[in-house]
Amino acid sequence: MQKQRLVLIGNGMAGIRTLEEILKHDANRYDITVIGDEPWGNYNRIQLSPVLAGEQKLKDIILNDLDWYRDNGIRLIKGCAATRIDRERREVHTAAGEAIGYDKLLIATGSRPFMLPVPGSDLDGVIGFRDIKDTEKMIVAAALHRHAVVIGGGLLGLEAAHGLKLRGMDVTVIHLGDWLLNRQLDDTAGRLLEQSLAEQGLKFKLGARTQELVGENGHVAGVRLDTGEVIPADLVVMAVGIVPNADLASEAGLETAQGIVVDDRLATSDEHIYAVGECVNHRGVSYGLVAPLFEMAKVLGNQLGGCGKQRYTGTTTSTKLKVTGIDLFSAGEFMGGEGCDEIVLSDPAGGVYKRLIVRDNKLVGACLYGDTSDGAWYFQLLRQERDVADLRSALLFGPPRDLGDHGTSGASRAAALPDDAEICGCNGVTKGVLVKAIKEQGLFTVDDVKKHTKAGASCGSCTGLVEQVLMSTVGSSFQDAPKRKPMCGCTDHTHGEVREAIREQHLVTLADTMKALHWKTPDGCPSCRPALNYYLISTWPGEAKDDPQARLINERVHANVQKDSTFSVIPRMWGGVTSPAELRKIADVADKFNVKMVKVTGGQRLDLLGVKKEDLPQMWRELDMPCGMGYAKGLRTVKTCVGKQFCRFGTQDSTGMGIALEKAFDRMWAPHKVKLAVSGCPRNCAEAGIKDVGIIAVDSGWEIYVGGNGGIKTEVAEFFTKVKTEEEVLEYSGAVLQLYREEAYYLERTVHYMGRVGLDYIKSKVLDDATNRKALWARLQLALAGEPDPWQAQLGADAAARFTDLTV
Amino acid sequence: MSTDKSADMNHWQSICKLDEIPAQGARVVKREGKTDIALFRTLDNRVFALDDHCPHKGGALSHGLVYGDTVACPLHNFKISLQTGQAQAPDEGHTPCHKVELRDDTVWLAVD
Ligand SMILES: Cc1cc2nc3c(=O)[nH]c(=O)nc-3n(C[C@H](O)[C@H](O)[C@H](O)COP(=O)(O)OP(=O)(O)OC[C@H]3O[C@@H](n4cnc5c(N)ncnc54)[C@H](O)[C@@H]3O)c2cc1C
Ligand code: SF4
Ligand code: FES
Repeated sequence: MQKQRLVLIGNGMAGIRTLEEILKHDANRYDITVIGDEPWGNYNRIQLSPVLAGEQKLKDIILNDLDWYRDNGIRLIKGCAATRIDRERREVHTAAGEAIGYDKLLIATGSRPFMLPVPGSDLDGVIGFRDIKDTEKMIVAAALHRHAVVIGGGLLGLEAAHGLKLRGMDVTVIHLGDWLLNRQLDDTAGRLLEQSLAEQGLKFKLGARTQELVGENGHVAGVRLDTGEVIPADLVVMAVGIVPNADLASEAGLETAQGIVVDDRLATSDEHIYAVGECVNHRGVSYGLVAPLFEMAKVLGNQLGGCGKQRYTGTTTSTKLKVTGIDLFSAGEFMGGEGCDEIVLSDPAGGVYKRLIVRDNKLVGACLYGDTSDGAWYFQLLRQERDVADLRSALLFGPPRDLGDHGTSGASRAAALPDDAEICGCNGVTKGVLVKAIKEQGLFTVDDVKKHTKAGASCGSCTGLVEQVLMSTVGSSFQDAPKRKPMCGCTDHTHGEVREAIREQHLVTLADTMKALHWKTPDGCPSCRPALNYYLISTWPGEAKDDPQARLINERVHANVQKDSTFSVIPRMWGGVTSPAELRKIADVADKFNVKMVKVTGGQRLDLLGVKKEDLPQMWRELDMPCGMGYAKGLRTVKTCVGKQFCRFGTQDSTGMGIALEKAFDRMWAPHKVKLAVSGCPRNCAEAGIKDVGIIAVDSGWEIYVGGNGGIKTEVAEFFTKVKTEEEVLEYSGAVLQLYREEAYYLERTVHYMGRVGLDYIKSKVLDDATNRKALWARLQLALAGEPDPWQAQLGADAAARFTDLTV
Repeated sequence: MSTDKSADMNHWQSICKLDEIPAQGARVVKREGKTDIALFRTLDNRVFALDDHCPHKGGALSHGLVYGDTVACPLHNFKISLQTGQAQAPDEGHTPCHKVELRDDTVWLAVD
């Protein structure tokens, strides 16, 4: 059978989504041609606002690149408008003069900005905010000019104004209403919004009517209000409304009425022609948000894909504003009125306002400002038209939570939501669908979730909720959240699960752990055995016994293996300080054992290279210094600068601080190597900014930085906190390191651990919670108390068996 | 009694007690003028003998981590079969094996 020819006019969000839905049902049903007058593939129009604000790049907002069209066998005619529909011959004519025949035609031409019919609206520098071209014009204007006026204080206007402001323009918003977003917010919320935007530097003219745009040499120069006032403007953005693009359809004789009229099947008055998106008028309504359009796309895709007969019956929409730092949400009849009860929480000083409208015991409207975390829940109650009589007294405080859960963290809110709660409004994705996808497809990042479910992929305002659902699905606590990857081929368990089992089941040996967790191999492999060994000794210090056979050679013989299988010996020199006597001793040992090179390491110590394994114990004996653990997944060095003792800039004794830290953390095994540094002043000669923990002295105390890394990829440490005393430096950095020891996965550097759990999380455990901080610090001290010096421990009776060879 | 080495390719010698090799570990046997041999002991007390020389860049296999009947080279993690001396795919290479036996609790090695 010959394929039917399907032609789509309009390469935008609704049209392409319909094609995606069709392809999902039946990828081989149609020969598809897309005609789009924009010169690129399909992109996420919604994200033009973040692009304008400089928060995203154009290349990031492409939804389907040209490969997608090719891979799906779709012909894309881009940068070329459809100019006429010939319904008799079933052909679409293009601006390039081509006639394209169709069996089914889909119109998804979207809308265009409504331009106020005032004098001067055709001047240069007067634009709408609709597509990439407009966005680029604004970005250029912001680079060249100073004054911008946005006409219209609705969602689009405010996003434009915000973006232009961030790009350095002086922006005035002219708005006819008495408050901003008067179609989405009540006056109180509108005022709160105005206040926060004014704090960001935007100016407003409310209740103001534009009379004329004044020009100079054909370019706009100002906006005259009906009061006579003229506001200077090099750029004017009109954002006062949109007009459905229905001309093509009405010229072809299709029924239109402020939009192409469609029925519940999205069919126009011609049975071969369908329409979706902002260009349509369905039951008298035209929509300007993607959620309803995607719903239309789903219904139509289902129908054209040859499956069943879904119907589109209209959508209740909700509103969010994509201006960073501002949370607002509204839905339904938020203004209330006759026969309605209003439940209001108003804390203008705290920046929080909530208004819920209840009629006949049903929630019919909600307007939230400042705290929108319960928006999804209200929206669900509203659309379900659920009886809320039983919830009424606590309605303002969000969904009922489990007893005993006092958490206000987002994660528990997401966990409290029922499965049919909608998480992503744009794409109609419910919590149940998300959870299922996360579990079945093993998703573990927000990006994966976006790709597989589209949740969070459109306006992005639900990303936080998506993340919370992800978190509450994958694991109840932060630490097990992301990685779904098993530790290694020997087990199906993740690092997080193994750590948890060791703690919960009180496992203290490798053999028990492998047995309890049904290891697939008798004794693991080189990647899981060292990890398990670390998890055991860090979780049960003193109780679990270190297993040398679960350590790689460096840690088994406490020296660093070199390429010729000899070893290097690094004694500890506290804080990088040594003495003539110590140097003499080191020199003698170097001579006696014929070391091939004596080298100052990157961590300010002396390295004796080229030592034979059998010589190690004797060298340790003769050095009679502590083991420097120069090879260890554990504390390596604390680098220091000269500091106040000698340096003319130093404000504190950085050397002393470094020695104290090194002594405090000596013998500390960790998931990966750990390096510290202490500088005596902000000149930072010890390079504390790229250490796992870096300390920089300032006049009034010590600044602590965490999560730096000078390794393969240099990572700059983040400022953590500032403390006054040396004791505090020890306590705070010890607590951070202990948290890392307890929660990081083996071979995870601090920077990656912190990236996984978030710096805020670490702050919450160490800065905000003093009890917990002290407990962490105490646990670290306890763990280190029983830890022997690795060299001394090796010098026992069995040293011979470990270090001497047999002969034949 | 003197032994004629060329006539007896399997010249068995007792080397050490099993206990002198750490479980999941190795011990080196030095030979005059020849490559060292690494004696391995697995978790289930089987013993194997391989040249102490990784086919990759010559790492000392006796320094490696022993698991199952495989040893991982300490230098770049080549995984070498203790049974055959063969490197695990995708890596390539082979380390010569030697005959070794456990008689009661004594390790015997066939030296040539
Ligand atoms: C800056 C901005 C921010 C927005 N923010 C949000 C938001 O946060 N949340 C939300 O839900 N919605 C938002 N929207 C609205 C949302 O983008 C639209 O609802 C959605 O894009 C409409 O989809 P559509 O397919 O109907 O139209 P479009 O995506 O506009 O696609 C129509 C396409 O058809 C093309 N076309 C028109 N006529 C012809 C012709 N004759 N021949 C060929 N091609 C033609 C157009 O050029 C366009 O590419 C925003 C819109 C803008 C502009
Ligand atoms: S960091 Fe400051 S105190 Fe330390 S050596 Fe440099 S200049 Fe001197
Ligand atoms: S020398 Fe053995 S892996 Fe490279």
